[in-house]
Amino acid sequence: MAKTLAEKIWDEHIVRAAAGEPDLLYIDLHLIHEVTSPQAFDGLRLAGRAVRRPDLTIATEDHNVPTQNIDRPIADPVSRLQVDTLRANCAEFGVRLHSLGDKDQGVVHVVGPQLGLTQPGMTIVCGDSHTSTHGAFGALAFGIGTSEVEHVLATQTLPLVRPKTMAINVEGALKLGVTSKDIILAIIAKIGTGGGQGYVIEYRGEAIRALSMESRMTVCNMSIEAGARAGLIAPDQTTFDYIQDKPHAPYDFDAALAYWETLFTDEDAKFDVEVTINADELEPFVTWGTNPAQGAPLNSHVPNPADLEDDEARGAAERALIYMGLEAGMPLKNIAIDTVFLGSCTNGRIEDLRAAAQVIKGKKIASTLRMLVVPGSARVRLEAEAEGLDKVFIEAGAEWRNAGCSMCLGMNPDQLAIGERAASTSNRNFEGRQGKGGRTHLVSPLVAAATALRGTLSSPADL
Amino acid sequence: MEKFIKHIGSAVPLRRSNVDTDQIIPAVYLKRVTRSGFEDGLFAAWRSDPEFVLNNSAYSDATILVAGVDFGTGSSREHAVWALQNYGFKVVISSRFADIFRGNSLKGGLITVILDQSEVEAMWLAIEADPTTQISVDLERRSVSYNGTDLEFTIDDYTRWRLMEGLDDIGLTIKNSDSIDIFEKSRPHYKPLTLPIRA
Repeated sequence: MAKTLAEKIWDEHIVRAAAGEPDLLYIDLHLIHEVTSPQAFDGLRLAGRAVRRPDLTIATEDHNVPTQNIDRPIADPVSRLQVDTLRANCAEFGVRLHSLGDKDQGVVHVVGPQLGLTQPGMTIVCGDSHTSTHGAFGALAFGIGTSEVEHVLATQTLPLVRPKTMAINVEGALKLGVTSKDIILAIIAKIGTGGGQGYVIEYRGEAIRALSMESRMTVCNMSIEAGARAGLIAPDQTTFDYIQDKPHAPYDFDAALAYWETLFTDEDAKFDVEVTINADELEPFVTWGTNPAQGAPLNSHVPNPADLEDDEARGAAERALIYMGLEAGMPLKNIAIDTVFLGSCTNGRIEDLRAAAQVIKGKKIASTLRMLVVPGSARVRLEAEAEGLDKVFIEAGAEWRNAGCSMCLGMNPDQLAIGERAASTSNRNFEGRQGKGGRTHLVSPLVAAATALRGTLSSPADL
Repeated sequence: MEKFIKHIGSAVPLRRSNVDTDQIIPAVYLKRVTRSGFEDGLFAAWRSDPEFVLNNSAYSDATILVAGVDFGTGSSREHAVWALQNYGFKVVISSRFADIFRGNSLKGGLITVILDQSEVEAMWLAIEADPTTQISVDLERRSVSYNGTDLEFTIDDYTRWRLMEGLDDIGLTIKNSDSIDIFEKSRPHYKPLTLPIRA
């Protein structure tokens, strides 16, 4: 029977299927971090259980860690306890951990791929909703809660209900200055924050095939912002080349490759839903509201809620404009920014830093704002420094930080103040996401860089 | 986990859509390493506004939250479920929940009930007219009843059975550990291992 890619991977991982019950799925890789794991390890201890497969498990410290002074003890005692708890749990249960200061420490979704642990056809989970990132390799990867983290630690499986499938075809070619971030922001604006709910999305089409691995990760990363637990892209030569020289690339590469080449949606397979987007029509895209679907092309205006027909959408837009301190009808390019954040599991990889550095090189950021550049992992930081990107940012007046989730979420020292407005390459513009009372506009690394130079939301074309 | 058969209580109307888990509990409250005490962080930003519905003493005994569409979007933090439970909620009603939040809630015994948006709106009006309105959520009958209105909801048989028996998934899975052993024997040799560490 013809199958979609998601169905193939699903079926290959069924440990047990019984009528009227969820399928029991085997998990190939479990990623752990400090925030969603302590209660899971506690559960194991209470029940006297071991971690079934420490050799399929890996941990790092990312969410609550500082990005400055990482050689000193973490100043916030509650954060320190959480990190110390992860260290103690990993030591007790034999789990590999990359701690602050280690070259493989960093945002969990940057670490997996850079180590070559993320490979096509795998099932990958983590107690973090942006686990969908790994779908860029043609893996079925999704975020889970802490009860499920405990379940995977104990059994290396999860009981799951088979999701529906959605194809998003991105046809045509992107214009210069338009990036994968703009693709995904436009998709979310089109289908809404609940549009992908219950589905695994497969991103297809010419424009997706043309993307680098790192750009593909940006697209898959934000699948959850459209409500889809997982988003994936069929692996191809771009994928295989990316994995080949990574530390955990298969020793028997040919055997792996022979399998990876079977990972595509069969020609006559049917998706439950198909959506088509034309890449030629896309422009740099930014958000104006307080959920990731409230976005618009940078060259347009803050929408007028009165123009929205749907009562829910109108109410949400009215509330969002009040929170964001914006007037309906104002050009998005007139919005003055206080902080530019370049980083996160969405856009904290080396290509993102290179793209921004190219815009900024030899120039100074606006005196009215600050810019934080936070590499997604210590390895990315070292790579950037080897290329001299750190100097580009520092000479422009930006802050060059250590790896972590940083300002993507307000749980470490990098936060917005009340009323402070950010252009952020991260993934969520929720109220208070980057700090209580903070205001977030989601942007691509190119828009972040141009905005840093001009002080208002801008693209490189405006320079 | 406590068995859930039926719950009767009063409700609080949360007339907001797209309530993401960062609103349910902001990240700064996620640093505890226990499962308790998260009620402090529940809707923390909104609770500083005296007009916020949870601050209305008429609803102080509520154990059922009736929310707008797309409740629980965003982060996978199960702390959102714990915060609602620690605060005293037993049931959340909405016309649509985000997948991860719904999964987390049903694992932990917080019952999430999906009703049509028109039914949610009728319920909001009834609760606002009389905050003491008693709402009965019956998992056995798969029904929500109040003021003579009787609404049916769907929940899959397996999850309903597990909640009514108060069973946790891990115990159920371990009963099938033979099938896990068998599956592991057939895993391809080229699948990556995190150990030993390769530099």
